[in-house]
Amino acid sequence: MKTIVKYVMLDLVKNKTIIVYAIILGLLSVSVLSMDSNSSKGILSLLNITLLFVPIIGILFSTIYFFNSIEFTELLLAQPIKRKTMLLAQYIAVAAALCIAYVLGVGIPIAIFYSGLAAFTLLISGLFLTLIFSALALLIFVLFKDKTKGIGAAIIVALFFTLLFDGLLLSFIYSFSEYPIDKPLLGLISLNPVDLGRILVLLQLDVAVMMGYSGALFKKFMGSATGSIYTVICMIFWIIFPIIMSARIFRKKDL
Amino acid sequence: MRVVIAFAVIVSVFQTTSCLSMGIKVYPTLNSLRNAISNAHSGDTLLLQNGIFKEHDLVVKKRIVLKGTVNSIIDGENKFQAFIVQADSVVIDGIEIRDIGRSSITDMAGIRIVNANFVTISGNRFVNNTYGIYLQNAERCNIIGNTIHSDFKDEVSGGNGIHAWKSNHLLVKGNNISGHRDGIYFEFVTESQIISNISFGNARYGLHFMFSHNDTYSSNTFKDNGAGVAVMYSRGVVMLNNDFLHNWGDASYGLLLKEITDSKIEHNHFIRNTVGIHMEGTTRVDVKQNLFQDNGWALRVQASCSGSNFTGNNFIGNSFDVATNGSLMLNLFDRNFWDKYDGYDLNRNGVGDVPYYPVSVYSVISEKIPSAMILYHSFLTDIIDKVEKVMPTMIPDKLKDDNPIIKKIAL
Repeated sequence: MKTIVKYVMLDLVKNKTIIVYAIILGLLSVSVLSMDSNSSKGILSLLNITLLFVPIIGILFSTIYFFNSIEFTELLLAQPIKRKTMLLAQYIAVAAALCIAYVLGVGIPIAIFYSGLAAFTLLISGLFLTLIFSALALLIFVLFKDKTKGIGAAIIVALFFTLLFDGLLLSFIYSFSEYPIDKPLLGLISLNPVDLGRILVLLQLDVAVMMGYSGALFKKFMGSATGSIYTVICMIFWIIFPIIMSARIFRKKDL
Repeated sequence: MRVVIAFAVIVSVFQTTSCLSMGIKVYPTLNSLRNAISNAHSGDTLLLQNGIFKEHDLVVKKRIVLKGTVNSIIDGENKFQAFIVQADSVVIDGIEIRDIGRSSITDMAGIRIVNANFVTISGNRFVNNTYGIYLQNAERCNIIGNTIHSDFKDEVSGGNGIHAWKSNHLLVKGNNISGHRDGIYFEFVTESQIISNISFGNARYGLHFMFSHNDTYSSNTFKDNGAGVAVMYSRGVVMLNNDFLHNWGDASYGLLLKEITDSKIEHNHFIRNTVGIHMEGTTRVDVKQNLFQDNGWALRVQASCSGSNFTGNNFIGNSFDVATNGSLMLNLFDRNFWDKYDGYDLNRNGVGDVPYYPVSVYSVISEKIPSAMILYHSFLTDIIDKVEKVMPTMIPDKLKDDNPIIKKIAL
């Protein structure tokens, strides 16, 4: 397994896309953080960048990479290697590479310009999003045989979580505004890792006060330590569930 | 007998001369201050010497001057109140009054002024009292340069720093008030001046007044108070050059206006408040040349407000510029600077050519349905805001600034 991870990593470094990704993130972070005099606002802008780019780039890149290296996978599976090991090794390598790129691109500028709990949470939620969306990419890879279909699915999944889900949530809020929907909302928000990441960071910033202005239940809950732990657990679940699913499907998949 | 009379005469002569020259010195022995006050004549000056006076309920019924030194302390022992002034033109200066008791029957105060006029309270230090200074039916009193601090932070049993009821023509100037329930509380106080005070870290409001007409508030600083400043049921209020800073919390306002008429709010700074100004049922309030910076909501103007003008203000870095709860808008927004304005100025006259709509659609949604705040800062809400700017359908289209200024206004 270690050897596979090593070779995939080497391949990824040769690929250079990851390096470009890290550089772009770094440039964006530096420009955003140095432009805003108010560092908390800088973190907010960086949060918006993270929530938009990390899921889309993460899932697209991983999906394309998994599909492109299918021959390598098949070749290795001809050897006495368990399918699960192979799949996990590939996932670990890709996710780790993306995480390193994120830490280099966002983590270092944050550490230079702004340090604090909010910055740390931003970093954590960015890493979680990377792990989650590469896990989803893995699931897409094992579900689809065709590369084009797979990439299409990846785009749809990314758009669904960054945009469509919130739209549906808003229409839900709108249509049920007469009812006490605070608790159902809390449950629904756990279904979207992007929202979880957003709330996790927002609650560390001053602006959290505005979310609790109406005395909403979820600020009280999410703002507490229990809330943060709940969010993190949800996100871990979002990583593990797709991986287990894909391992199961891959075991029986006709290659 | 003769000796005694002669002695008494000598003593009284001595006392008179001494008070003419430099006042009567009072040392902290048992009941010395109480006796000194009851023996004093109108116009006498009592000089409190260094030390702790454990005396309480000192009723001042004569026109006397009480002066303290750096270390003259009146101690209420957490049970009693200190001075009760019932005579006109009394002066209390430079005394420290501490540990006034708390009671649910009477409002215990460091200095209570009852039915008296022209009283001056200056340069005193009030430490850990329920109420600092309590004015009750007082006229033309000066409260100047006092430091009033309490550590209790309890909204229920705590009292106010400066509390005035049914008074007029007061001058409250240069006081430093912290840690009380309300910093300055006025009820039925008219024609008064509140100048250059600093009120911070109070449990409820930095300044709170009701039914107090024609008062002027200028150059005060209200900072980090539990709920900011609340102004209710008054007319003719003038607020100039005040700073409302960092009143930040779930239910905090920089300035809350309720049922205010014919008032002026000019040249104030509202910085880092959850809500800069919240207005409810106000009539003819001019909000001019103020700075609104880094607030959650700069303005919340309820539909019940009418005839107010918002002109020449700077709106910089607020999450939401204006929020309102209806589509009716009877107020005028004109010639303000909005940092979110993205229109153009083709004829270069410094005024934008297209109107600015300060209410974003997301603020309309979240005002209607508070739970929608869960989507705060999500990508979707940014997109709807952008779309709505191009084709306004949900935002109140009457709430707009027809002449948005392109460059930040110099205030």
